[in-house]
Amino acid sequence: MKDMHRIRLRVNGHEHELAVEARRTLADMLRHDLGYTGTHLGCEHGICGACTVLVDGCPARACLMFGVQADGAEVSTVEGLSTGEELSDLQQAFSDHHALQCGFCTPGFLMLAEAYLAERGAAGSGPPTEAEVRELIASNLCRCTGYQGIVEAVLATARSRRTTGSP
Amino acid sequence: MSVIGTRVPRKEDPRLLRGCGRFGDDVSAAGQVWARVVRSPIAHGRVRQVDLTQARRADGVIAAAAASDLPAGLAIPVRLAVQGIDLGGYLQPVLAADVVRYVGEPLAVVAAADPYAAEDAAELVEIDIDEAPAVLDAAEAARPGSPLLFPAGNVAADFTLGYGDADAAFQRAAHVVEIDVAIGRHSGVPLEPRTLLADPDPRAGSLSIFGMTKVPVFNRDVLAAMLGIDQDLIHVHAVDAGGGFGVRGEFYPEDYLVPWLARTLGRPVKWAEDRAEHLVAVNHSRQQSHRIAAAFDADGRITALADEVVHDNGAYCRTHGIAVPELTVAMLPGPYRVPAYRGRVRVVLTNKTPCGTYRAPGRYEGAIAREQLLDVAAGRLGVDRIELRRRNLLRPADLPHHRAMTTLGTDVVLDTGDYPALLAAAAAEAERLGYHDQARADAHTARRRGLGVAVFLEKSGLGPRDTADVAVSEAGSVRVFSGGTSLGQGIETVLAQIAADALGVDLRAVDVVNGDTQLQPFGTGSWASRSTVVAGNAVHRAASAVRARAAQVAARMLEAAEEDLVVADGAVRVRGDPAVAVGLGDVARAAAAGSPYLRPGEPAGLAARRSFDVTHMTYPYGVHIALVEVDPGTGQVRVVRYLVASEVGRAINPTLVEGQLRGGAAQGIGGALLEEFTYDQTGQPQAITFMEYQMPTAADLPPIDVLLAQLAPSPGNPLGVMGAGEGGISAAGAAVASAVRDALGLTGSVARLPLTPSRVRGLAEAGQDQNVGLP
Repeated sequence: MKDMHRIRLRVNGHEHELAVEARRTLADMLRHDLGYTGTHLGCEHGICGACTVLVDGCPARACLMFGVQADGAEVSTVEGLSTGEELSDLQQAFSDHHALQCGFCTPGFLMLAEAYLAERGAAGSGPPTEAEVRELIASNLCRCTGYQGIVEAVLATARSRRTTGSP
Repeated sequence: MSVIGTRVPRKEDPRLLRGCGRFGDDVSAAGQVWARVVRSPIAHGRVRQVDLTQARRADGVIAAAAASDLPAGLAIPVRLAVQGIDLGGYLQPVLAADVVRYVGEPLAVVAAADPYAAEDAAELVEIDIDEAPAVLDAAEAARPGSPLLFPAGNVAADFTLGYGDADAAFQRAAHVVEIDVAIGRHSGVPLEPRTLLADPDPRAGSLSIFGMTKVPVFNRDVLAAMLGIDQDLIHVHAVDAGGGFGVRGEFYPEDYLVPWLARTLGRPVKWAEDRAEHLVAVNHSRQQSHRIAAAFDADGRITALADEVVHDNGAYCRTHGIAVPELTVAMLPGPYRVPAYRGRVRVVLTNKTPCGTYRAPGRYEGAIAREQLLDVAAGRLGVDRIELRRRNLLRPADLPHHRAMTTLGTDVVLDTGDYPALLAAAAAEAERLGYHDQARADAHTARRRGLGVAVFLEKSGLGPRDTADVAVSEAGSVRVFSGGTSLGQGIETVLAQIAADALGVDLRAVDVVNGDTQLQPFGTGSWASRSTVVAGNAVHRAASAVRARAAQVAARMLEAAEEDLVVADGAVRVRGDPAVAVGLGDVARAAAAGSPYLRPGEPAGLAARRSFDVTHMTYPYGVHIALVEVDPGTGQVRVVRYLVASEVGRAINPTLVEGQLRGGAAQGIGGALLEEFTYDQTGQPQAITFMEYQMPTAADLPPIDVLLAQLAPSPGNPLGVMGAGEGGISAAGAAVASAVRDALGLTGSVARLPLTPSRVRGLAEAGQDQNVGLP
C-alpha cells in the first residue's frame, strides 16, 4: 500500500488539489503530477540547483523537499515568471547577456535570482556588487556558460529595478 | 545588410527561459512504464547469477530482464572506426552476461508503473558475482602478467603515427628535452542526465523515440539493425538537450534496452538516469600519460617531436573506438613546424567506466603535454616562453601544411591562418588588460602569482557531408530541417541566420528543426565542431537553391526576366520597379501542385534539399593566457584572469562564439583544477555525486576575456567558417598548468593534472628541491 496524502497548494497562483505519495519529491510532483516541467532535475541531491523553486517566496531545492511538505504553500516556478509570451525583465536580461546555452539549469538560476532581487528590493539595499552576485549564484551549477552572462544579467536587472523602482 | 555576423538574440531563448523547452524527460506518453537499470556493484568478476525472482514479484513491477532474456551476442558497434584497427573483441554488450568489467555496468533492467517502484524493485535483483582482481592502472594493465579483462589482452590497440626520421633528428640535436605528464580522468558531465522515451505504435510496428541527440540518424540505424527492423520504422524526434560535450547522444546500452523493452511490452517506456548513475555510466575521458620529448637545434628550433602515450580507455571500446587516442597523436604537433614526428599510443583497458570523447578530445590532453614540454624547454634553453613558441610556429607562407598522417579518416592538412600574429595579438591583449601588472602583485604576500600561455590548433568541420531541407510555406514562413542537432550551442539561431541571409528573408520568418529523423533523414549530427561548417553550408546551399527557384517562378508570375528580379525582404521584386513584387508566400502558392505557373514535370512546392560535401577538415587555432594565484600553504589555485584568443574564420553570431569560448574555458579550468573520477583499490568509484565530482561554480571562475579573430576565412567552404565549439577548452588545461608552473617556479613539468591542493602542495615542496643546484 502506498502512503498517500491529500494535499492542496498554489502553484504560480493556481490552486491544485491532489493525492501524493509521502515519499514523492516536490520536484517529481511538480513535473509529473502537475505538469510544471520547467523545473529540472540535474542531480537529485541538492547540489546543482536546477530544481530551485520558491516556496512561500524562499528559494528551495525541489529535489530535497517532499511534495507533502508543500501542503498549503504558495509555490513559484519558472512558468510563472513571464506574462504570456512576454518575458520578465530578468528573463529578458538573461537573453540579452547570453546567460544561457542549453537552458537546462536556467530555471533554477532564474528562481534563485528572482528571490534574491526581491529580498534586496524589499530591504531597500543598494545595487549588489559583482562579488555578491557571484557568491549568490555559486549555489547553482551551470555547465555551458562559465557564469559570466548570468552574473551580468542579474546585475543589470538589479540596476534597472532600482532605477524604475519595480519590485 | 546581412544578418550573418550580427549579434541577434537566440531563437532558442524564449522557450527555454519560460520553462517551455522540451527535454527528454518532459515528454510522456499515456500508459508509459518506467525503466530502471540494475548495475554491477563490482569492478571485475564472473557473473554467477542474476536472480530476478523477487524483483518480478514486487509491487507495481511490469517486467524484468537480464542478459539471458535478450537476443544473444548484442554489442554496441564502433561509430568512428579509424586506422583500420578491429576492436570487435572489446565491444560492450547491452547487458553483461558472463563477466562484469566496471562498477556501473548494466546487468538487468526492471520496468514498473512509476519510477519509485522501479527503483525499489531494482534493489531486489539478486546479483552473485565471483570477484576477480581489478586492474585500475593502465601502465600496469599493459604489462605481462596483469590480470586480463579480455582473453586477447588488455591492450586494445598499439599504433604509431608520424613522418620523417625522428630518431636521426634526436641523435643530431643540440638540445633534447623530455618530460612526463599525466592528465586526470574527467568528462563532459552535462547538467541534464540522459533520458529516453520509446513509444511503440502497434498498428504500424513503428517506434517513436524522444531523447536521442547528437547523431540521431546514425543511432536510428544502429538501433534498427540491433532490433532487426526497417530503419524507417524508427522515428527519432527533436528534443532539447541539456548539454552534450561529446558524451550525450552516443549509442549506449540503454539506447537499445529501453526501445527493446517498449517493443517487447507493447507499451511506452520512459527512462531517466540519476546523477549517481550518470557519473559511472556515461563516457569518461581524458585519462592519459605522456612521455614526450623534443629535439632542438642550436637556435631553439624544433627538429623532432616524439611522444609515448598510454591511454586508459576503461573497460570497453564504445562508439568512439580509438578515436580519442588517434586524435591525440595526430593533432599533437599542433600549430608548430615539426620536421620529424613520432606519436605512439597504447590503448589500454582497465576496470573503470569506458571512455569516449569529451569536447576537444585528444587536443586538450595533447596540448597539456606539448605546451608543458615547450615551457620546460624554454627554461632549459634560456629562451623566453613566448619567443620559443613564436620561433617554432608555422608561418602563413607554410600553409597549407600537409602532415603525412590521417585522423578520423581524413588527411591532416592545416588550411589557413597566421599563428604567430595571433600569438602576438593575444600577448598584447593580455598586457593591455593588465595581466602582467597583476602578475607582479604578489610581492607582499605569501601567495604566488604566475602567468601561463598555451597555443592550440583545433580541427573542425568533419565531413563527409550534411544535408538540409529548406521550404517556404504559403504564409511566407521558412522552415529549415537540418542535420545538425540542438545540444545547447545555439545552432538553431546560427542556421536561421544562414538561411535568412541566403534567402533574403527576415530572421523572424525562419524556423529551424534539428534532429528529427523523418524531417531530415540524411542528417549527420552535431559533434566535432562541425555543425556551423557542414550543416551550415548545407543550409546555405539549400536556401540559395530556394532563392533561385523563387526567382524562376516569380519571373513567370511577373512576366519578367529572371535576371531582372531581386529577392530580398521576403519578396521578389523587379529591379528598378520595386512596386512590381510578389511575396515569397505568393510564390510558394504559385509553386503548389496544380498551379498554372508550374511547367510539366516540375516538382511542386517552393523547397530544396541540398547536401554539402567536404573532404578535408578546417583547422581553427588560438592562444590561451592564464593568470593564477597559488597559495603554497594550502595548495589552492585561484584563476585570477583568463584570456582566450581564437580564430574562427567568420563568426555567424559573435555573441554565440564568445559564449562557446567562455563556456569551454570554464570547463577546461574545471578539468585542470577540480574534476577527477577517482577509484579505490578495488575499483569502487569515489566520485559518484557532485560533492566529489566538483565542477566549477561562479565563485571558482573569473570573467573570461575573449579576443575573437576573423582574419582567416576557411578556404574550404563558401561561408568561410571554422568550428568554434572547442577552442575555448582546447588549451585550458595547458594554460592553467603553465601558469601554476610559473607561479611555483618549477623547472620540470607539473607532472599531473588536475592540480588539486594536495598535488600543488607537493609541487611547491618538490619545486624547491628541483631548483637546488641548478645554474
